[in-house]
Amino acid sequence: MDEIQSLLHGFAVALSFKNFALMFVGVILGVIIGVLPGLGGANGVAILLPLTFAMAQTPGGTTSAIILLSCIYWGALFGGAITSILFNIPGEPWSVATTFDGYPLGQKGRAGEALTAAFTSSFVGALVAVVVITFLSPIVARFALAFGPPEFFAVYLLTFCAFVGTSKEPVFKTLASMMLGFALASVGSDPVTGTLRLTFGSTHMLAGFDFLIAVIGLFGIGEILLTLEEGLAFKGASAKINFRVVLETWRRLPTYWKTSMRSSAVGCFMGIVPGGATPASFMSYGVARRFSKDGEKFGTGQLEGVVAPETAAHAAGTSALLPMLTLGVPGSPTAAVLLGGLLIWGLQPGPLLFVEQKDFVWGLIASMYLGNIAGLIVVLTCVPLFAAILRIPFSVIAPIIMVVCAIGAYTVHNAIFDVWMMVVFGVTGYVFKKLSYPLAPMVLAIVLGDRAESSFRQAMLVSQGELNVFFSNALVGSMTALSLFLLLWPIVSAAIAWVRGKRSG
Amino acid sequence: MSAGSGGRAAFSHKTAEIAVAALLLLLGAIAIFDSARLGFAWGEDGPQPGYFPFYVALIICVSSLVNLVRALVAGPGKSKTFVEIGQLKLVLAVLVPTAIYAALIGWVGIYVASVLFVGFFMRWLGKYPWWKVLAVSAGNSVVFFLIFEIWFVIPLPKGPIEALLGLN
Repeated sequence: MDEIQSLLHGFAVALSFKNFALMFVGVILGVIIGVLPGLGGANGVAILLPLTFAMAQTPGGTTSAIILLSCIYWGALFGGAITSILFNIPGEPWSVATTFDGYPLGQKGRAGEALTAAFTSSFVGALVAVVVITFLSPIVARFALAFGPPEFFAVYLLTFCAFVGTSKEPVFKTLASMMLGFALASVGSDPVTGTLRLTFGSTHMLAGFDFLIAVIGLFGIGEILLTLEEGLAFKGASAKINFRVVLETWRRLPTYWKTSMRSSAVGCFMGIVPGGATPASFMSYGVARRFSKDGEKFGTGQLEGVVAPETAAHAAGTSALLPMLTLGVPGSPTAAVLLGGLLIWGLQPGPLLFVEQKDFVWGLIASMYLGNIAGLIVVLTCVPLFAAILRIPFSVIAPIIMVVCAIGAYTVHNAIFDVWMMVVFGVTGYVFKKLSYPLAPMVLAIVLGDRAESSFRQAMLVSQGELNVFFSNALVGSMTALSLFLLLWPIVSAAIAWVRGKRSG
Repeated sequence: MSAGSGGRAAFSHKTAEIAVAALLLLLGAIAIFDSARLGFAWGEDGPQPGYFPFYVALIICVSSLVNLVRALVAGPGKSKTFVEIGQLKLVLAVLVPTAIYAALIGWVGIYVASVLFVGFFMRWLGKYPWWKVLAVSAGNSVVFFLIFEIWFVIPLPKGPIEALLGLN
């Protein structure tokens, strides 16, 4: 078992005092970010990314930096549950499904139980996903070492077609939003020949659009504008978790093991295939409602209805790092931001990472185990503290969050133009969200656009313009075929529905 | 969305759909125009620089057209409110100051702009007494100054006031 040995080595890396302290700092920051409206995993990590530039230059610093950022992500995943259960405000999109049963539980005075169940099942989901990462990622990476440009393009194609095939939003809105991302990515110099494209003579646009700015604007400013519509006041249940409630809830949780396993499976799958944590949580809630014997009571405050979405969201959020590390293709916007971090620190994500940067990879994987344990301890003990953050009046916290976003946007490239772009992206995010244009495919397209294009063009150079290079062997052929199937799935499913409708009507 | 407040609609959902689809269509058209300038055919060594953006923009245009037609065809009976007047006022009350704030950063630096921005928010929307406004807004900037300039040594934009204080 090579993996076990590598993992033990990883624990040795992750367990230095500095890294251990960073884990707690990251988790606490992450929970705060998750609790605050307008700050979430993706933009929280994006804003804090520039702070790690200096850290990453010290020896072993990249490992510390990724541990800090990934723990912020774990913390944000935990934090979303707090606001959902206590205030009926999903702090994160993936905790929307948690409000369905979590908030009623809170209203019945059982907030403690709901929170314990949410945190514990988040932890379980994450743990399953980390185990999957530990054993699956070396295999995927070894496999991917043999990838050439056609294979990489097929992976990108699969990523984006999966968005079209699995998206809940209207297909043409998904397409428009995704292609807008690709268009924004192609602004600046052409990755192969260096020709300037779509800059229209503006010097600001020479460098292109950085997706970090897009993430901060779309998810940060956009989210605050949406929150504003709901009014300025938060009203919520009070939060107290005492040790007895925790133990009692833990005694009851094993009865939901089936839900837990199903949700973990749904989560891991949706995380690795770029579906993301949000659809995973909804899907898992739906599946749990269908299979549970208390299915019809869902929505009135069932503990099981908290377990299902939280397990899946955390499993998906965690396993989204697997394709990011092994293939360089992130499964979620936050994973995309972490990937951006790796690139800035001078690491090339992809299969070679597992060969050349063993300390980094296994340190990160080991820190996922430890970071989630740290997260569970922090959230179980400090809930009242985090809930108190939400009692800070919105008219104070909102401008401060805006200032944080502006500083974050500025520090990416030290450009004031980026702050303006952030505001523009903020308005875009607000409008798109309201009209159900999905944001995740757009962000991933901005991140991957250049690389998808280069791999396509490199593949074309090799094959001298023959498109059949994408079907030249079993591997690339099956990926391309699967992509096309997913791309056409909305048409197929619409046709099936139409035929069925005709038959019954 | 706060359904209970029952305010009048500032825009209907339909108007917003049409506006966004039309805007995207325009953006797509601009991108097509520029890609055509660069050439989107297959050159001798594979696709030309405009190839990728051309097809991307083409898909934007086609999808936006579909979205546009769908929005236009949707009956008025289905039309929901995109944003109520009350909500829009709140959103603009934040958006406009934020835009001014972003513009101010270039002039007076991020710290002074942030004091003004946070202060404005607290005074205007929160109706806090002046001493609280001052304490929080100034305190906020001082904390950020310490974190960025001193601790992480990341210089943020500064203006004439910092220059006067010799903090540059």
